[in-house]
Amino acid sequence: MKFREAVRDATIQAMDNDPTVFLIGVGIIDPRAVWGTLSGALEKFGADRVVEGPLSENALTGICVGAATFGMRPVLVHHRIDFVMLTMDQLVNHAAKWPAMFGRQQTVPLVVRAVVGRGWGNGPQHTQSHHAVFSHIPGLKAVVPSNPRDAKGLLIAAIEDDEPVIYIEHRWLHEDNAEVPAEYFSTPIGRAAVVRHGRDVTVVAVGPMVSESLKAAQALEQAGLSAEVIDVRTLRPLDSETILASVGKTGRLVVADSDWSPCGIAGEVIARVAETAFDALKARPVRVTWPDTPVPSSETIEAQFYPGAREIQVAATRVCESRADKGVVSSTVKHFEGPF
Amino acid sequence: MRKATPARSDLKRELYGQMLRIRRVEERIKAVYHLREMRSPPHLYMGHEAVAVGVCATLRSDDVVFPYYRSHGWYLAKGGDLKAMLAELHGRETGCSRGWGGSMHLIDLRAGVMGTSAIVAGTISHAAGAALTFRMRRQDRVAVVSFGDGAIEEGVFHETLNFAALRKLPLVFVCENNLYATNTHIRDRQAQPEIYRHAERFGFPGLRADGNDVLAVYQHARTAVARARRGEGPSLLEFQTYRILEHCGINEDHELGYRTLAEVRRWQAKGPLQKGKRLASEAEVRRMTAEIDAQIDAAFEYARSSPFPAALLAEGAAR
Repeated sequence: MKFREAVRDATIQAMDNDPTVFLIGVGIIDPRAVWGTLSGALEKFGADRVVEGPLSENALTGICVGAATFGMRPVLVHHRIDFVMLTMDQLVNHAAKWPAMFGRQQTVPLVVRAVVGRGWGNGPQHTQSHHAVFSHIPGLKAVVPSNPRDAKGLLIAAIEDDEPVIYIEHRWLHEDNAEVPAEYFSTPIGRAAVVRHGRDVTVVAVGPMVSESLKAAQALEQAGLSAEVIDVRTLRPLDSETILASVGKTGRLVVADSDWSPCGIAGEVIARVAETAFDALKARPVRVTWPDTPVPSSETIEAQFYPGAREIQVAATRVCESRADKGVVSSTVKHFEGPF
Repeated sequence: MRKATPARSDLKRELYGQMLRIRRVEERIKAVYHLREMRSPPHLYMGHEAVAVGVCATLRSDDVVFPYYRSHGWYLAKGGDLKAMLAELHGRETGCSRGWGGSMHLIDLRAGVMGTSAIVAGTISHAAGAALTFRMRRQDRVAVVSFGDGAIEEGVFHETLNFAALRKLPLVFVCENNLYATNTHIRDRQAQPEIYRHAERFGFPGLRADGNDVLAVYQHARTAVARARRGEGPSLLEFQTYRILEHCGINEDHELGYRTLAEVRRWQAKGPLQKGKRLASEAEVRRMTAEIDAQIDAAFEYARSSPFPAALLAEGAAR
């Protein structure tokens, strides 16, 4: 099953299971159905549960908060996570505060599904990841699936969760294929996954950097280095335990995030390791993140922008103080090819 | 759940009594605030009482209101628990928000008082979410949202008007136009200060009325609530009223110079309690005052003797 089909599968099954789940968002009744991730939902559940929203993202978010406090489970869908910036008042000042601010008398079971639009020259305002932005705020949860199975399991978990969850979906992964259970299941929020076992270096990866890290690990193996790869899956709450256990074993750490460095997830992972397991570290940790600039459009500079397997391999090699940085691999992911 | 319509004279007395109660509660807060036992910024409702009272008198107990940070009046008029409100202002565990909210974040779910926001225009869209839920569940409940004149300058106000009109939501928008956003006059903020006319663009009724005349508020609200309950969509009611005290706090503030003492006194003379004087006899007012003051005494006693919340975080929670 493809990643985008897994998102659809989760959505349809959750709506089948629970009549309080509904979809709302700008352009969700578009025949393209958000790259097919909502195909058939409108036909199956009708306009009452697939609510087309005007281009009023902040109000739509508040409408979801209101509905959620009355026991509904809205899934608010954004074609671009960049548009979520229009909703920060409702997300940060309201959704994230509502349970605590009133002494936990109400829950806000809201899912914000936000797509990252990397590829085809989408440029500075259509490609941001914002992993860290949503991971900073108490009262919000943030998940980033890296594969079709987690795309389904994490979306179902997000819908079942009683707190607001930002589901960050990298369109870059939409065409990835993998086995996904047909039945309704959830992937626990707050638990990372060790996706490759290794001895020499821990590579903690976020979203699209997971497959890049696995490719890097293969190349490292040929050079005699054994890399353990961890898919964080949830950014908040971050699963420190799994990361610390791995670094305790390997003593070396590379963090690969498809987001900017400053105040970011990669820094947070390193801070937690430094605070708790400093003595286990045999080398300085390294971050593999985006350059400190907006994302460009033109393919020549876009190609220079995104780090991938090669950068991860180089970083891991450096951390291991090995000279095995010959025969580097390059990223092989398929590129998104328009129109938007 | 249906509230029986009281006889006319009972209704008038009830409306006056509710306004009197809100005023006496806030007069007491004002009188003892200097003791520093209530360490939460109060946005007092004094001068606005007719709006919350007139509107809430038209609602059923299963209807809901979404007030803003100047919410004491709405909380009480909709039937919120006075003891829990004062305990909240005192930061106590027994407060309506268990000490997490303070004066700006009152809530009483049993009474249909939904959580209030300190962000201007913050709950306007929440009310539309409630109304959308009522629609989805085929319930004939109504949501009311109140906000000041400043809130209509926020984009979310217009976004929500459009959505409510598009979906014909059972929603009543109540603007309490007191002329000032904090200390800035509406003429310095709005190009077109006839707030009620924003409804025209979205094709639903909007009207402006005297917000200090509780009977006028009641009549207009009744029409709007009935329309919403019939499934005919939202209304926008702009009630003209006046904030007697400073934006936040217990003092007068004419000495700042943004408004004159004469202006304040002029509005006070036509305030809701003055206007409503004939709604209850002097004897009735005396009796109501005594009853209200006893309730206030008991509520303050309850608040002051309640424990403070003990722990910030649940045991074992991450810091």
